Amino acid sequence: MSAMPDVGLPAPLRAPGSHRVHGPSALGSDLHRFWSLTFTLARTEFKLRFYGSVLGYVWTLMKPLLLFSVLWVFFTKVGHVNDGKKPGEKYYGAQLLGSIVLFTFFIEGTTNAVRSVVDRENLVRKIHFPRLVIPLSVVLLAMFNLGLNLIVVAIFAISAGVRPMLSWLELPLIVGALIVFAAGMAMLLSALFVHFRDIQPIWEVVAQILFYASPVIISIQTVIAKVSPTLLHVYMLNPLAVIFQQFRHAMITNATPSAGEVLGSWSALFGALAIVVAIFVVGFLVFNRAAARIAENL
Amino acid sequence: MSTVATTPAPSPSALSPTAHGGPAAVSIEGVSKTFRLPHQQYSTLKERALHPFRSTDYDELNAVKDVSVEIATGEFFGIVGRNGSGKSTLLKCIAGIYGVDAGRISIAGRLSPFIELGVGFNMDLTARDNVIINAIMLGLSRRQARARFDEVIAFAELEEFIDLKLKNYSSGMLVRLAFATSIEVDAEILLIDEVLAVGDAAFQQKCFEQFYRLKREGRTIVFVSHDMYSVERFCDRAMLMERGKMVQIGEPRAIGRAYHKLNFGQLPHEAPPEDRSASGTTIADAWFESAGGDRITSASQEDTLNMCFEVRFGEDLDDPVFAATLRTELGHTIVVARSDQHGGASGSFRAGETAIARFSLPSWLTPSRYTLTPSLAREGTGADALALVEDMTSVVVHGTTSGGILELPIEARIERA
Repeated sequence: MSAMPDVGLPAPLRAPGSHRVHGPSALGSDLHRFWSLTFTLARTEFKLRFYGSVLGYVWTLMKPLLLFSVLWVFFTKVGHVNDGKKPGEKYYGAQLLGSIVLFTFFIEGTTNAVRSVVDRENLVRKIHFPRLVIPLSVVLLAMFNLGLNLIVVAIFAISAGVRPMLSWLELPLIVGALIVFAAGMAMLLSALFVHFRDIQPIWEVVAQILFYASPVIISIQTVIAKVSPTLLHVYMLNPLAVIFQQFRHAMITNATPSAGEVLGSWSALFGALAIVVAIFVVGFLVFNRAAARIAENL
Repeated sequence: MSTVATTPAPSPSALSPTAHGGPAAVSIEGVSKTFRLPHQQYSTLKERALHPFRSTDYDELNAVKDVSVEIATGEFFGIVGRNGSGKSTLLKCIAGIYGVDAGRISIAGRLSPFIELGVGFNMDLTARDNVIINAIMLGLSRRQARARFDEVIAFAELEEFIDLKLKNYSSGMLVRLAFATSIEVDAEILLIDEVLAVGDAAFQQKCFEQFYRLKREGRTIVFVSHDMYSVERFCDRAMLMERGKMVQIGEPRAIGRAYHKLNFGQLPHEAPPEDRSASGTTIADAWFESAGGDRITSASQEDTLNMCFEVRFGEDLDDPVFAATLRTELGHTIVVARSDQHGGASGSFRAGETAIARFSLPSWLTPSRYTLTPSLAREGTGADALALVEDMTSVVVHGTTSGGILELPIEARIERA
């Protein structure tokens, strides 16, 4: 079999086919096996989640939909905050739902990743496999749900009057950036949690802050109108703010400004992009460093 | 002890040091593994922030120290040692679960770790799902896992239950399924860490039969245990570890004796025999014999066995009762053979004379280790022993079992009514 999990370079002067055993690592040397394991773990969790429930997937959808309904009713019917009068609040419902679905993915992927390695202790201690499989399978599972939820968003948007646009072609890039950000956080948090059990409550608080520090409920025009330009730049350092806003612009309506237009130039988005890349790289490095000894430190 | 001198090799490969036999399946060179044990585990950021420097304070535990060994292809290799001797750590290093701090480990072929059976089994999923997942975890691709699924189920004899959730399985069914999955992964090298401690005797026997089959097919088996009985019975060669170091490597029986010496500070049967006789009558020796009269320590199931012992008389005795008690490893008495019941009057003996008692046993024993307790008593009930040595010698019987404690010569007849 060609898939050999722990092979290094074949050593000379050894029996044919002999290879060195390396300790556990984050990635392993066989990407096919890595993918196969990640997919298997995510698929299993997906199956388990719906075991015993009649409506299955519907319940996964219920959570963002319920949040959406409450917020939508409150802000448009009761509070009259976003009543669709301002140009950027066109299709407010679809914008709100889009942001909620993206945010749900990010939170699901990261908060479930925090405990993932520790909770899979029995696997980590007993089987040799690339350790990174565990947090990434959590993100992959969240991606399954995201894919299904995005279909709902599309149906909702189209029934609200949104028509297919050329800017929909941007969507893979936007969602891709979100996935990279979530994966980076997942790697970082799961590796840190092995040593610091405080990570879990801390991340729950941060997640809540991120919800209000991103254009989910309030539209970006409200933010622009209320805060100073400096604070707006700080606001747009949050990768989620950039991603959500660009999603609303590209997917729902061009009436709301793109992330670049908010700050006046695309180069101003460099900070948020740098944060996404940095989190991913740091997350990988931290996890990679921890991987060799995770089995011992659990 | 005299039985050792005439020990026949349990298998030919035990005599040929396998280090220069075939190509090495597992090659361990100067491997060390150290664990860091912090004095206090700082688990919260607050503690870490309050004591930024104290965190470097840890003990080092040298679990494995500079171990080198070559395990040949096709070898059944045992690693024994007491708790905490580093044997399981070494096995996990071979499996790649722990990285080594020094040295290198090379393996030739795919490896299936039986560190624990059914790792990652999920009770809420069906047997079908679990087998596929487990096989993928153990190194198969999804396609290979699917292809072998039927064989796994057939081996586990669970064809009717493949779509049943595991939580509805009995524990016996679970173990069978887990074992079948691991064995069908079809690895060249199997690492076994006392997994056989679970399951009943019949299941353990079935496991060992499978390991034998794999060995015949040329697979390499590394077996970690502190059950010397299994090691002596199955391994070609064994290694004794103590405090992380390799103490001795060689023929399993020699390793077994060294292990007992480590454990009890002495060899089990080299202690001066307990002398119950005030008159000086002693049991000088005890051994098992083949039908041909050779002293043996292992026998195959079909062989007739003789239980033998030698008595040195310290007083004049008329018709003393010679008795041999055969016990299983667990201490259950299987047979008590008595000269007065199975032979008749033994005759008169004078002080200073020696006599050898032989009791032949039909080949009804199941595979296990049996011990012989020889004794001598005055004429009469036989209850008042003049000399007795508990478990003076032992024999290992190889073969297959039907599950009972004896293999009686049963004839089955089925007729149409």
